[in-house]
Amino acid sequence: MAKKIESAYKKRVDGRAFDELRPIKAKVGVIPSADGSAMYQSGKTRAIAVVRGPRTLHPKHMENPQRGVLRVTYQMMAFSVWDRIKPGTSRRSQEIGKVSEWALGEIVDLDAFPNSVVDVIIQIPQADAGTRVAGINAAVMALAQAGVPMKEMISAIAVGKMDKTLVVDVNKEEEDFEEGEGPTDVPIAITSKSNEIALLQLDGKMSIPELKELIKMAKVACKKINDIQTKALKEPGKEITG
Amino acid sequence: MAEEVIIPNIQRKRILEYLKEGKRFDGRALDEFRELGVEMNISENSEGSCSVKIGNTEVYAGVKMAIVTPYADGPAEGTLSVGMELGPMADDDFQSGPPSIDSIEIARVIDRGIRESKLIDFEKLCIVSGEKVWQVSVDLYAVNNDGNLFDAAGLAAVTALANAKIPVYDEKEGRAKHELSNVSVPIRKENMCFNVTVHKIGDAFVLDPTKEEEAISDFRLSMALGDNDGEPMISAMQKGNSGGITEDDMEKILKLVEDKFSEMFKKFSKIATGK
Repeated sequence: MAKKIESAYKKRVDGRAFDELRPIKAKVGVIPSADGSAMYQSGKTRAIAVVRGPRTLHPKHMENPQRGVLRVTYQMMAFSVWDRIKPGTSRRSQEIGKVSEWALGEIVDLDAFPNSVVDVIIQIPQADAGTRVAGINAAVMALAQAGVPMKEMISAIAVGKMDKTLVVDVNKEEEDFEEGEGPTDVPIAITSKSNEIALLQLDGKMSIPELKELIKMAKVACKKINDIQTKALKEPGKEITG
Repeated sequence: MAEEVIIPNIQRKRILEYLKEGKRFDGRALDEFRELGVEMNISENSEGSCSVKIGNTEVYAGVKMAIVTPYADGPAEGTLSVGMELGPMADDDFQSGPPSIDSIEIARVIDRGIRESKLIDFEKLCIVSGEKVWQVSVDLYAVNNDGNLFDAAGLAAVTALANAKIPVYDEKEGRAKHELSNVSVPIRKENMCFNVTVHKIGDAFVLDPTKEEEAISDFRLSMALGDNDGEPMISAMQKGNSGGITEDDMEKILKLVEDKFSEMFKKFSKIATGK
């Protein structure tokens, strides 16, 4: 990490080191009727992703004879957070679906299935921050299990900053940290081979050196996540922890 | 749901032939449920939640509570709302978007079963008469569909309710705190009820159909069944699909329910209460 800077955030609420991930659970093959499915859990945040397709695309006018369509929907279950969420889509869920779609679109070989659609459905039964990155981590495993051609894998993590302290894998309590510069949340997805950024968002305050450092930290974390994803894919039906 | 699933005629024929001989593809008897499974507390942010499996069919249920103004006709009674989502997670044929008529039907039938059996003591959910009562929301999600989502959803809803706690009410603020109390949602254990659906497929009466059996069902009859001193007590019924129920059909269905009731009720109670 960068040189010592005075920060109001001196110790993490759950006792983790600043660059430490929450305990991870990953399992491939959780929905028998799906072409591919996976669960990814980080701490208390759990995502389930299901892949259906490649299959016929409705509505027809969205079909593309040159390349296939990847369609990602993201939804939090009504009881996944303390204040009940009204079921159905929201502006937030639609945006997250779209940025996840862009991230996954970078690795999925869409040329391989013209006129068809691959549907990725992400559901969050229990949330403690970092749901979109957990969703992407689950979705990549589900796509791989479904045999959808991919150039490489993706792993994702929410890094951030509490006042001036850079941290990896932000939880909900940290997201609500209000002292000093307050909380900054930076969800990042990194491709496994080309090491490119497939998703990047930021809410809060961040200097350029801090951002550079955070991206480095995210890349290290994503390597660890990728190891777990790979292990889970080798043993479908088995829960891998890390 | 069932209406939309198309299966080849040859498969339809084989299922019907099997059923005629009292057999099923998975080796079960016509009146036999698949294995039941339950996992509690799938969301720590809920007041009570579970995943219920019947064979490969899986439904999530979660209870959330909020303080609302009571209805004029029940100023000292809490309220209940049940929702069901049949999204593309569970089945190739389910679509995203607003609730389909199939999901609305399941939610309403389960709602009626819970309401009419008087499972919940709504008077105990009153905070200030005429002003503040607890609203109980039960949200159900189909996770995997392999037939009989009706009964899986009913069992999941009752299981989540039977294990739910009420949030702490902050009297000073007049609001619910972000923590659960030790007080359970007021359930009358003696009024426990479960949804059981009988399907007529060809000439056979079948419990707990798989997705392919369900696809060729002539009609279904769902019943919310409670225990009245060892005898079934029906709190809600719903006939689905266009096949007509003859006098003979009805007698056979009711006989089936009477014969299987104790065994089914015991199994379902074990899931819901752990006992």
